[in-house]
Amino acid sequence: MTEAVHVEPVVHQAPQGFIRKYIFSLDHKVIGIQYYLLALFSVMVGMLLSVLMRFNLAWPGTEVPILETLFPVGAPGGIMTPEFYLSLMTMHGTIMVFFVLTTAPQSGFGNYFLPLQIGAPDMAFPTLNMLSFWITFVSLLVLLAAFVVTGGAPISGWTGYPPLSALGEIAGPGLGTGQTLWVASIALFCVASLLGALNFITTTIDLRTKGMSMMRLPLTVWAWFVTAILALLAFGVLLAAGVLLLLDRVVGTSFFIPAGLVVSDQMINHKGGSPLLWQHLFWFFGHPEVYIAILPGMGVTSQILSTFARKPIFGYRAMAYAIMAIGLVSFIVWGHHMFLSGMSPYSAMVFSLTTTAVAVPSAIKTFNWLGTLWGGRVRFTTAMLFAIGFVSLFVTGGVSGLFLNQPSVDIYLHDTYFVVAHFHMIMGVAAIFGIFAATYYWFPKMFARHLSERLGKIHFWITFVGVYSIFMPMHFLGVMGNPRRYAEFTAFEFLADVVPIHEFISIAAFVTIGAQLLFAVNFFWSIARGKIAEINPWSATTLEWTVPSPPPHDNFGGRAPVVHRGPYEYSVPGASRDFILQSEPEMKVVHQ
Amino acid sequence: MAQSQTEDLTLSSAWSGGASPYAMVSKKLGMWLFIVSDSLTFSALLVAYSYVRVANQDWPKPFEWASILGASIMTFCLLSSSLTMVMAVAAAQRLERKKAVVWLLATVLGGLLFILLHAREWIGLIHEGVTPFANPWGVPLFGAAFFTLTGLHMTHVTVGVLYLVVIAWGFGSARFKPEDVEVSGLYWHFVDLVWMFIFPMVYLLSAKTVA
Ligand code: HEM
Ligand SMILES: [Cu+2]
Repeated sequence: MTEAVHVEPVVHQAPQGFIRKYIFSLDHKVIGIQYYLLALFSVMVGMLLSVLMRFNLAWPGTEVPILETLFPVGAPGGIMTPEFYLSLMTMHGTIMVFFVLTTAPQSGFGNYFLPLQIGAPDMAFPTLNMLSFWITFVSLLVLLAAFVVTGGAPISGWTGYPPLSALGEIAGPGLGTGQTLWVASIALFCVASLLGALNFITTTIDLRTKGMSMMRLPLTVWAWFVTAILALLAFGVLLAAGVLLLLDRVVGTSFFIPAGLVVSDQMINHKGGSPLLWQHLFWFFGHPEVYIAILPGMGVTSQILSTFARKPIFGYRAMAYAIMAIGLVSFIVWGHHMFLSGMSPYSAMVFSLTTTAVAVPSAIKTFNWLGTLWGGRVRFTTAMLFAIGFVSLFVTGGVSGLFLNQPSVDIYLHDTYFVVAHFHMIMGVAAIFGIFAATYYWFPKMFARHLSERLGKIHFWITFVGVYSIFMPMHFLGVMGNPRRYAEFTAFEFLADVVPIHEFISIAAFVTIGAQLLFAVNFFWSIARGKIAEINPWSATTLEWTVPSPPPHDNFGGRAPVVHRGPYEYSVPGASRDFILQSEPEMKVVHQ
Repeated sequence: MAQSQTEDLTLSSAWSGGASPYAMVSKKLGMWLFIVSDSLTFSALLVAYSYVRVANQDWPKPFEWASILGASIMTFCLLSSSLTMVMAVAAAQRLERKKAVVWLLATVLGGLLFILLHAREWIGLIHEGVTPFANPWGVPLFGAAFFTLTGLHMTHVTVGVLYLVVIAWGFGSARFKPEDVEVSGLYWHFVDLVWMFIFPMVYLLSAKTVA
């Protein structure tokens, strides 16, 4: 093929100088890595907070001198106060949901690989792209600042429910400056995400190279594309909610504060607002947000299962349509978070039905993943193990969702550890497995070296067994009536039996979190010393595997590749190899 | 690339890559997407406004006919500015730079008039004692909702005026292309459209009814 030999001069000049190249870079690959590192930092902070929480849950009242040094107000005498526990929980949730699960799979890997996979030299708006990252960065700083201001971090949870979050200092520690910083951080994050989403959508529609029709997009691109659409619609609404909450806090309006509220023995001088309004606005964003976290993981899983089963993905079209269906339905299910907020049983029934409907495309995806594995010549690389782990976690978490979406069952399970188990399985850990799978899979492209497979497999098995040990027992806790968002359970007689379970969970959590050090070591060691990787080490088919590792500044050397076929042509009968690159022209291959 | 142009592709619709569907430049698509997300933000605010309005039985209806007349004149300014914007885009596409700049400046004028009239109205209301947390007639949220909605909209108009000034300067000096004028037009029409929701929902529905 001519275009393989014919090299035209590079159009973009790569920037010179450290600052233009690595700090305020316009290159989507650098920005992708910046996002990834931001998420990596955030996940470490988030995990540290969960260690503190798990410690308190298993052994409440234990003196930890270092805590007093760090947080003299939150842990006087080294024993954390219940309010301090709640502030840890709020920051843990917020950091994990926004700065890890929304950031790494979409903005991190999406930025790096979406242009490469569609054959584009960069994103459609490189400057906006840089701006999105730096706004996200500032947003993270603003959030973390809540730890050091007077009163400390807010205690109203990652959902920031008013009236607690709207009243200010009077409602509790951390609800003064800390909560204001929280709202400001979320608003900034919305702006950054909106800019990012706009960029992703435009890039996918406008910048696909010749021959890359929508139905030839790798499923990863489909996932990033639909995720961006969800983000574009959902974050706009959260932004509005955040502005209103900020006004309530700073200007003195009462959008979310009802009349006749007595807090800390004081009558609150507000009236007319409704905390339910926040719940509607928040969950209209919040449910799509959980899919923003998980869809990219689904895309990565499809890509990896197909690569390492050496089989075309089972039901490509069904997979693409299922992603769209999930995205669409995710906007009409938000009420399932509000079954106990006093909604009419009829509305509850409608929300329950729409929620159950999500199970259909979810099941399609699951069966197609299994269909892809079926009869494949499976290579159990670390990336593959994490992708299979993703499927496992997604199924486990999905099944508990089907319990929760029955309003009558949810009356009992709402705000118990059952919900904690559900969303950690399906959103938290599944998305993290997606991130790990993507990291092991694409690392050779990003850094031209392999991660250690041996360390990787140890990392996988400890993590896999670990997360099940942590989150499976929480289902039972929930059924036993153990409420969530409590600092300790010693005061309740009926919860005497849960203490050993909490101890077990905490130990499992410490082991699992410790095992993440293996990953950190593997990651940084391999960047410098890992085994050198070839251009296409997994014998995969998509366009990113046709360019050098790491790809040059404008990806394809100033020429657009031409795409001739779908993304998953593995083991095609009659072909000379067991994979055919998307850019390989129609040739000796005999099509079925 | 000559070779790839002659390439025979099985799929050759606009969606098969290599060409943008709707032959739309990315800037334009980007503006459309911005409009989609911004309209979601405004919709959320309008829903919030409707929600608290329905939830409070003593929602005031204070606007006398003079206020409604004022708001109608403001509406007229904005609508006319949309018309001049259409003329500006048309002139830009014919590459009549002078004309386009004149129409753009007329649009800016419409926007400025709107802002001035609006500011006058705000000041009047503030003198009557309307603030984000109180007003003489009923639920304090009336002022909160009024100032939030119209305030955010006015911010958009102000940004729009600045945007159009930049476009007029850039297009007049041949730095910008006709597309850039068109894209700014999309933004301007959107801002007008938002007002066409605010005007009935915030003003007309709150007109004083003769008891
Ligand atoms: C078959 C699919 C699913 C069903 C039927 C379902 C159902 C539910 C229901 C009914 C609740 C509310 C429980 C309560 O608060 O009492 C809930 C909570 C939650 N779900 Fe799901 N869900 C599904 C999939 C997912 C997915 C894919 C994610 C994330 C990727 C997710 C993340 C969450 C989160 C984060 C919460 C808790 C939010 C909070 O209160 O803090 N769910 N789910
Ligand atoms: Cu939900």
